[in-house]
Amino acid sequence: MTDEPLLRVSALSKFYGSRVGCENVTFDLWPGEVLAVVGESGSGKTTLLNCLSTRLLPSSGTASYRVRDGQWRELYRMSEAERRFLMRTDWGFVHQNPADGLRMTVSAGANVGERLMAVGDRHYGKIRATAVDWLSRVEIDEDRIDDEPRAFSGGMRQRLQIARNLVTGPRLVFMDEPTGGLDVSVQARLLDLLRGLVTDLGLAAIVVTHDLAVARLLSQRMMVMKDGRVVESGLTDRVLDDPRAPYTQLLVSSILQV
Amino acid sequence: MATPLVVSDVEKSFTMHLRDGVTLPVVAGVSFSIRAGECAVLGGPSGAGKSSILKMLYGNYAVDEGQIIVQHENGLIDLASASPRTVLAVRRRTIGYVSQFLRTVPRVSALDVVAEPLVERGEDREAARAKARSLLAQLNLPEKLWALPPATFSGGEQQRVNIARGFITEHPILLLDEPTASLDAKNRDVVVELIAAKKAAGVALLGIFHDLDVRDAVADRVIDVTAFAAGKVAA
Repeated sequence: MTDEPLLRVSALSKFYGSRVGCENVTFDLWPGEVLAVVGESGSGKTTLLNCLSTRLLPSSGTASYRVRDGQWRELYRMSEAERRFLMRTDWGFVHQNPADGLRMTVSAGANVGERLMAVGDRHYGKIRATAVDWLSRVEIDEDRIDDEPRAFSGGMRQRLQIARNLVTGPRLVFMDEPTGGLDVSVQARLLDLLRGLVTDLGLAAIVVTHDLAVARLLSQRMMVMKDGRVVESGLTDRVLDDPRAPYTQLLVSSILQV
Repeated sequence: MATPLVVSDVEKSFTMHLRDGVTLPVVAGVSFSIRAGECAVLGGPSGAGKSSILKMLYGNYAVDEGQIIVQHENGLIDLASASPRTVLAVRRRTIGYVSQFLRTVPRVSALDVVAEPLVERGEDREAARAKARSLLAQLNLPEKLWALPPATFSGGEQQRVNIARGFITEHPILLLDEPTASLDAKNRDVVVELIAAKKAAGVALLGIFHDLDVRDAVADRVIDVTAFAAGKVAA
């Protein structure tokens, strides 16, 4: 275990005019750590995720990332090209809606292979073999490799999106409601898959979800957001078993028992 | 003799913000220590705060006041004020916990549920599975269940998976929250044997046992939790 974080976020804020997106968010993320960001719609969790993944520029604050050669780089001072390179290689972004993260009109194999080509792989046979391997890791049959994701179910699309993101061996993956909009049985399968992949690959991940059960299953640490601010943070089971902030208590007490 | 766990003046209350901020005191002035090779048992009626104390020691509950000093990797750590990351490291290496109920994960087999803590500590998966098999066999869990996810198991079967998961590692401190609650006599005896083996290996154990036979068989000492009553203020 390394003693240096992978990502350092300090006093990050994003304002939309006079409206607060997220305000004064500070945390460190270590390699292999999964952080869940929870809160209801409008709490600022997606704004935060978009700022961290540099899809959105914050109004103030800093975020530094330790790139593969060990150098610390300030995310918002990197050039557009450098950021794009990071996004294509060392990072992944799993969207709630797979259509936002996939190319729906090219084959499943090409969706996975494209990311490999972006990092310089040119050998067709090797790319295809890696694509097959990744499809099987996300439990998609090899004989679907030439089908377009348009022909896939929601759960399969989401699994394909995950394969597309993980194929380059990223160290940090952002996930925005990765199980949102899926049937419960499909959710369970996806969660189990994600949990296994994150452990096996030692990925660090920031998972935005409004589902506390998802947070419990996937994350070790948790931040609870309300009105753009972090109202409580800590170990996931501590936050859920002994919520301290009024809003967290409300969230936890609102879970339906099955 | 080594004392890997020292609890001093720990205090805990719950503030219920949804109930107009009513404060429920749980325990105060909790002080004790556990030596290596010793099994201490928390005693007292339901609601006295036994489980709360265990949960504070494992970091599931926040601590309002006091210190929980743990020997962790050749140093001392105050769990009451440790960062989440440190608490996770302590759980991985130093403090094990057998909870009352198993929290199951969809689709993960009983065998892998048991082997997981070893794999997390960096042990080879097959070696971890081999240890898991021998523990499950010792606890008389039918072999046909090993490959199945425990979600559909009976209470006693789940409890045995949970015990195997808790006992598989060599944590120097082990917390037990009623591990024998839903077991038959034969399997209770197995747990008593497992605890004896841990004691012999120099593990410091702290447990809650409502079963008096088990308690008498394993306890070196009973810590009376009513002594730490926080003076129940009318809510």
